Amino acid sequence: MSELGSAPVPPVGPEDHVRDGAAETVIVYADLGCPHCARDWFELGRSGRRVVFRHFPVRSKHPRAPDLHGAAEAAGLQGAFFDFVDSLYADRGHVDDPHLWQRAERFGLDLDRFDRDRRSDAVAARVRRDFESGIRAGVAGTPAVFELPDPR
Amino acid sequence: MIAAGEQAPDFTLRNEDGEDVSLADYRGRKVLLIFYPMDFSPVCSDQLSIYQEVKPELAEKGVELVGISVDHVWAHKAFQEKLGIDTTLLADFEPKGEVAKAYGSWFDAGFANRTLVLVDEDGIIAWTYESPTPGEFPGANLIFDALA
Repeated sequence: MSELGSAPVPPVGPEDHVRDGAAETVIVYADLGCPHCARDWFELGRSGRRVVFRHFPVRSKHPRAPDLHGAAEAAGLQGAFFDFVDSLYADRGHVDDPHLWQRAERFGLDLDRFDRDRRSDAVAARVRRDFESGIRAGVAGTPAVFELPDPR
Repeated sequence: MIAAGEQAPDFTLRNEDGEDVSLADYRGRKVLLIFYPMDFSPVCSDQLSIYQEVKPELAEKGVELVGISVDHVWAHKAFQEKLGIDTTLLADFEPKGEVAKAYGSWFDAGFANRTLVLVDEDGIIAWTYESPTPGEFPGANLIFDALA
C-alpha cells in the first residue's frame, strides 16, 4: 500500500525525462490525454525553459491516458521519448493502438520491443512512480507546473 | 467553518440518481465530505478526478467520498459521467446551499466554498480543510495526511 501523504516535489534526477533549455527549469506533471496539457506543452517548448516531464495520467477523465503514458515511456526506452510526447499532443484525435504503432514506425523504433515494453510492469511502475510523487506534492489538476531552484 | 471535534450536522440530500442520502447512512464508517462550487468548471482534471485515481488507497483506509455542490441531480449525473467517476454527488439544491451553510462552507457569491470535512465513524468531525480561494484545489495528499 503506497504512502501518499504530503512530500515535496522530488528534485530532478537521473531517471527524469529532461528536455534541455537555456532558461530556468520547470517540472511539469502532465496527462497525455489532456487538451490543456497539450496547449501548455507547446508553449513551454517555445519558452526556452528546461522542462522535466513527469507522468500524471488521470484514467477516469482520460481513459486512454495510461496507455499513452506507457507508450511514451516505451518509446523513451528506445530514445524517442520527447518525439513521442510531441506527436501525441500534436494529434490527440489519433491515439488508438494502430496510431501508436504508426508513430513507433515513424520514429524508427523496434515495434516488437515497443509493444512489449509499453505493456510491461516495469513501465507501469515507472509511470506510477511519477504519478504518486505528483499526488504527494499536491497536484490537483493538470498540467501542474513547478519551478524549482536550478542546481545547474 | 465548522471545526474538528464538533458533531457533524445531519442532512438528507438527493444523489445523482435522485435517491435520498443521509449523513446518518455513513455511521460506522469514515466519510469525507467534499464541498465544491460547481459542476463542469473549465479545468482539465480536478480534485474529484484525482481523488478517483486514489480511491482504492482511500478505501483501504476506510474512507468513503461524497461530493456536495448546489447543482441539481441531473447536472450531477452528467458531471459524474463526464469525469468518469463513481463518487456519490449530492445536490444541495433546495433550499440552496442549506447543508454547505450548516458546515460553514458557503461562498457569498452563491455556491459552496471548496472545503473538505472528514467525519469519523461516530459522526464527529475529525478534520477540516478550507481552500484559500475556491479556485485552489486541495490535493489528495492532504487527505492522506489527515488519515495518518
